Amino acid sequence: MADVTFIVDGKTLTAPAGTLLIDACRKAGIEIPAFCYYPGLSLQAACRMCVVRQEKVPKLQTACTTPVADGQVFITESPEIAQARKATLQLLLGNHPLDCPVCDAGGECELQDMTFKYGAGESLYVEAKQHREEQKWSPAVYFDRPRCILCYRCVRMCGEGMDVWALGIQNRGVTAVIAPNGGDHLDCEQCGMCIDVCPVGALTSGTYRYKSRPWEMKHVSTVCTHCADGCKVTLGVRRANDGMEIVRADNRDKSGINGDFLCAKGRFGFDFVESAERLTQPLVRNSAGVLEPTTWEKAIRHVAKRFQEILSARGAGSMGVIGSTRTTNEENYLLQKFARTVLKTQHIDHERTADYATFHGLLVGSTGRAASLKEIAAAPAILLLGGNPTEEHPLLAWSLRSDVRLNHARLYVANTQAIRLERQAAQSVRLSDGGYEKLVRGLSGDEAALAGLPGAAAFRDALAGEESLVVICGAEFRGAALAAPMRWGLSRPQVKFALLSDGVNARGAADMGLYPDLMPGYQLLAGDRPIHTEYAGMPTTSGKDYAAMMEAAGSGGLDGLLVVGADPFAALGVAEGALKDTFLVVQDCFLTRTAAQADVVLPTASLYEKTGTVTNSYGDVQMVRKAADKAGVKPDFEILVRLAGAMGVDVRMLVPFGDAQGARADMGQTRGAQAGEADRHAVWLAANGLEPKLSPFDPLAILDEVERLVPEYKLDRLNLFAGNESTTEPGAGFVSVESLLQRKDGVVATHPGLFDSGLLSERTSALQEIRRHQEKLAVAAD
Amino acid sequence: MSVETMSIFSPELSARFDELVTRYPMKRSALIPMLLYAQDEVGYLSDAVIDEIARRIGITPLDVRNVATYYSMLRFKPAGKFNVQVCTNISCMLRGGYKIFDRFQERLGIGHKGVTADGLFSLEEVECIGACCWAPAIQVNYDFHDELTEEQVDAILEQYRSQNAGGR
Ligand code: SF4
Ligand code: SF4
Ligand code: SF4
Ligand code: FES
Ligand code: FES
Repeated sequence: MADVTFIVDGKTLTAPAGTLLIDACRKAGIEIPAFCYYPGLSLQAACRMCVVRQEKVPKLQTACTTPVADGQVFITESPEIAQARKATLQLLLGNHPLDCPVCDAGGECELQDMTFKYGAGESLYVEAKQHREEQKWSPAVYFDRPRCILCYRCVRMCGEGMDVWALGIQNRGVTAVIAPNGGDHLDCEQCGMCIDVCPVGALTSGTYRYKSRPWEMKHVSTVCTHCADGCKVTLGVRRANDGMEIVRADNRDKSGINGDFLCAKGRFGFDFVESAERLTQPLVRNSAGVLEPTTWEKAIRHVAKRFQEILSARGAGSMGVIGSTRTTNEENYLLQKFARTVLKTQHIDHERTADYATFHGLLVGSTGRAASLKEIAAAPAILLLGGNPTEEHPLLAWSLRSDVRLNHARLYVANTQAIRLERQAAQSVRLSDGGYEKLVRGLSGDEAALAGLPGAAAFRDALAGEESLVVICGAEFRGAALAAPMRWGLSRPQVKFALLSDGVNARGAADMGLYPDLMPGYQLLAGDRPIHTEYAGMPTTSGKDYAAMMEAAGSGGLDGLLVVGADPFAALGVAEGALKDTFLVVQDCFLTRTAAQADVVLPTASLYEKTGTVTNSYGDVQMVRKAADKAGVKPDFEILVRLAGAMGVDVRMLVPFGDAQGARADMGQTRGAQAGEADRHAVWLAANGLEPKLSPFDPLAILDEVERLVPEYKLDRLNLFAGNESTTEPGAGFVSVESLLQRKDGVVATHPGLFDSGLLSERTSALQEIRRHQEKLAVAAD
Repeated sequence: MSVETMSIFSPELSARFDELVTRYPMKRSALIPMLLYAQDEVGYLSDAVIDEIARRIGITPLDVRNVATYYSMLRFKPAGKFNVQVCTNISCMLRGGYKIFDRFQERLGIGHKGVTADGLFSLEEVECIGACCWAPAIQVNYDFHDELTEEQVDAILEQYRSQNAGGR
């Protein structure tokens, strides 16, 4: 819309016509208090805190509902306005318990801030306050009724934002109260978004209530470890006996690809870190066949010795390496480099959850065809083929709902099952098994293919009318099934793609070349790219994939197997004892079924305890920062470097740290006034590749190499280090389409639910408690 | 699809509801009349009533409660067979509404929103019932009694008692 000019507090401002005054002011740095207004939700105008004076208008106006227009003149602070706001506060405080000293929100409460600012310190009310006991609505959500200021943010967030509609408002006037859909409990997605938007401490979180105060925590922004959407999450950490403990997870500054959003897993799923089952000491199988705790030195020396023995006795290709979708890009890169250049093997793989090789193969040679999450969230039209975002990709579901609601985007859903997002869809078709293939043929002009698919013709016509489109494919699309819709899309201008996967760094594991036949960036094993020169001497015939490796190991065909963060025994149902002739080393946080079979188990740091980068389903690379700390564990990165070191490898060859003259760095001398907690100078140094990489254990030391050798990882470092995402460009790869399409995709689709992320969620007591709550409700409903 | 096969309402009311939801561009516009009619038939808005109405208009039971709880004339517990609503709003108050209300309280031995032990009467203090010209006024179920004096209270109660005994 055209810009209009208006005056606020004597300043001339410009904004698109129709912008709400409150937003226009906030953009210009003029703070207008608001309780009920919440960006992105419908207007409520219930609290009257945002009142301002508009010239020529007899009464104070609510800035949250006033659209700006040319020539308007506003005053946002004056004695009259302060008095009005103070009166509002007095009313709100009329029955407010003022239990700030024990309230979770104390210190970050909007009511507290406003009372402080407008000084409603004395009350005209002398009546006794009405007390109500706190209610537990679910293991995740608690409600403290007297603290509620009836702003309705929670009701709108749950309904409009989440499309769950689990909260309502009952009664009226002074008896009005927020009510959960189950009468005395919540039957909902337990996302905690209602808690997050509550401006006061009326809705509190089961995992955080009465635990800490905001100023007692350090707030570390990192990435959620539970799914491949990669929400940015702020972990509130505090010193504990054995390191730093996580007390809270939220997205405090509402930045990043997820803005406000976190699902139940991201918000409540962090106590696996503290789980009693957590491994904190290396274990080595003793002569009696029992796993026995030992020191890191002994364990590393033992593994290194055995690896060397195997290498010299059996030579190249005698060992296998299985990586994970939960480890960082740096770790995955290092793992495959370690496998290829130190262990001299191409038997490398990971638990593939989506066919990114085909995805990349098809995008070669084109640019701007991969959709980042932000692009999806703003796309005018989206075609969702398969998948079940609401259950398996909560952030994607949120982004699609918001896009439809706020931008009037048109969502087209084709699925073989009923999915919740059909409610937001402009059109949807329900297909039978095998129907996708027909639908795509129909989209490409084969009229006959659409026969017998109800609604498909209209669906096709609507899609044909879309000028630009994002096509999102569920993980079930792989190989030829993925190629078909992508080829259709590539034949049209302005179509972008995304492929869904499972595992926080599933995309990164694939991008970093945890494949028996593909190098980082999907480059072939043989070639004359820089990576081939640098990896000179590695075997160049394709290795065995995940299943083949396990099979080979089971029949004595592999002498050593290094499993990092995967659980092939559980995933493939391998029988106990099957690998007794293979030297099995497992790096993991927990004693998984595979770890229980290992000769050596090395306890690792979880994603919340290390630094690095991860790449989500949509190719957005984000920084992971060490938040918690656990005595006894080490990041996989450090373990690999130590292993290589103990094997006599020059670690500088693996991790480029320091330089030829030894380590030199800016140790802070040049910082001057920039030094301090928010060390912007450090960000700048890091962004420009000038940060001191003094240690081979610094995972960021290898990021330079990734950027150098992996064509699609040309990262915007300044953004990355400042805590934003930086998007990869898949089309930049150097791969051969045909060779990618002819290989076996090896994808094993996983379908994690809303409270499920496999290993980690199983060991998260908060998520297990939520699950039990949900199961009880499901039983009661039957 | 709006025709409920397993209705808790009488066939007449059920048919009435089937028709009612077709009258408005949006089904949920029929919510308030449905709640009133259902209350008249069942006596109060039970969970079963709320669930069926929600189903009939395609909203959640929570949505129904959000609306229903706003209105003081809708109730969630059974009232007496005869629900005595005494107006104490301005006109009635000026002309002795509170005296009438007090007399009912005393005679029935119950207060505002109370129900007698035999379930015959319930009592409510209500806002203006639109009979100001003949204040003070009361309403018993859908019947009005106006220009009342305290003395008439006993007679009114007696009238309903005998009506009940008469089997009506
Ligand atoms: S936890 Fe999420 S789904 Fe449940 S009531 Fe709150 S906002 Fe709604
Ligand atoms: S519970 Fe919180 S968010 Fe909900 S209405 Fe009350 S104050 Fe607002
Ligand atoms: S599990 Fe996925 S959607 Fe949920 S908070 Fe984590 S990254 Fe976001
Ligand atoms: S913020 Fe404007 S009325 Fe609440
Ligand atoms: S004031 Fe009693 S009927 Fe109007």
